[in-house]
Amino acid sequence: MSGIFQRISMIFRAKTDKALDKLEDPRQTLDYSYQRQLELLQKVRRGVADVATSRKRIELQANQLNTQADKLTNQAQKALEVGREDLAREALTRRSGIHQQLSDLQVQHAQLQAEEEKLTRASQRLQAKVDAFRTKKETIKATYSAAEAQTRINEAFSGISEEMGDVGLAIQRAEDKTAQMQARAGAIDELLASGALDDPTGTAKDDITLELEQLASTSDVENELARMKASLGAGPSAAAQAIEGQQPPAEAQQPPPQAAQQPSLDAQSPPEYQAPPSQGQEAPPAQPQGDLR
Amino acid sequence: MIVRILNEGQWHLTDDAVRGLNSFDDAVEQAVTTGDQDQLTRALHTLLDRIRTTGTRLPDEELEDSDLILPAADSTLEDVRQLLSESEEGLIPG
Repeated sequence: MSGIFQRISMIFRAKTDKALDKLEDPRQTLDYSYQRQLELLQKVRRGVADVATSRKRIELQANQLNTQADKLTNQAQKALEVGREDLAREALTRRSGIHQQLSDLQVQHAQLQAEEEKLTRASQRLQAKVDAFRTKKETIKATYSAAEAQTRINEAFSGISEEMGDVGLAIQRAEDKTAQMQARAGAIDELLASGALDDPTGTAKDDITLELEQLASTSDVENELARMKASLGAGPSAAAQAIEGQQPPAEAQQPPPQAAQQPSLDAQSPPEYQAPPSQGQEAPPAQPQGDLR
Repeated sequence: MIVRILNEGQWHLTDDAVRGLNSFDDAVEQAVTTGDQDQLTRALHTLLDRIRTTGTRLPDEELEDSDLILPAADSTLEDVRQLLSESEEGLIPG
């Protein structure tokens, strides 16, 4: 068997020779090499931790996106309830964008998990090899006579340096993968921060929420108004008249929520306003509000 | 003969088993030369599966030099090319 694989096998041979040339006394080489092995083992463990951190971060983001998707579903429902199909459509469009992100994250999550498993196995293997090397190193040192030891050192050395090379490659690979994912995770964080993807903690409100809240609060204003009119004895007919005279206002013309503090008879009616109950005694059922997030 | 599969460990193969692998080696080499990722993945998968089934796994605590080193099953063309270029310089830690 020649060709490609023979060439790849050369990698580790060259390493071993280099390491063996480094020091005069082979026993020193052994100790030096053992130190390097422990360092590498440390590095592998750090690598495993890094990958695990990235994986957890992706899980966290997936959770956030899930919350976000649920929230948008609720919003779409609410928007439909108040007859705003356009808002509902917008919410659902955004949700499908989020689903796209989610499936991307799932792929990444699976990749990271695979890398993590590989590194864990590599670390266990390296640990076993390092232990074996330590035992061998001590026997070689104990029975040291230059000529005899040299062959055994060479054997032990090429065995372990090959393993280190292999594990070294595995870490490098995992580091590359993780760096990629971290860049991506950073991008998603940025999107969340900029509001392009909504912050599920709800500290900032997106425009759909704002508009729905506005709708809810204007209808509350109207309900309150109707109730007041009724109790003032203005009568439902007057209120109905006032309402019939109104055209459904464009979104921009809707009174802001603050208007609730100073209702006036001139206040514009929201489109979803219903005629007050003919009895005029009870306030109409309050519209849901404030909990849309 | 001892064969290492990168990222997996070492396998011990009989000479007969090794002889049966030659054709797969050619397939991999060809995939690398033509730059065909699909073919490379397929060739590596068949090759490595064959090694895993015909060989016996070497215990982790054994320090043995491999006679052959094979790329991991999910290696990309880039990975394999890099391995080949590194083999001329030898830059792996250790």
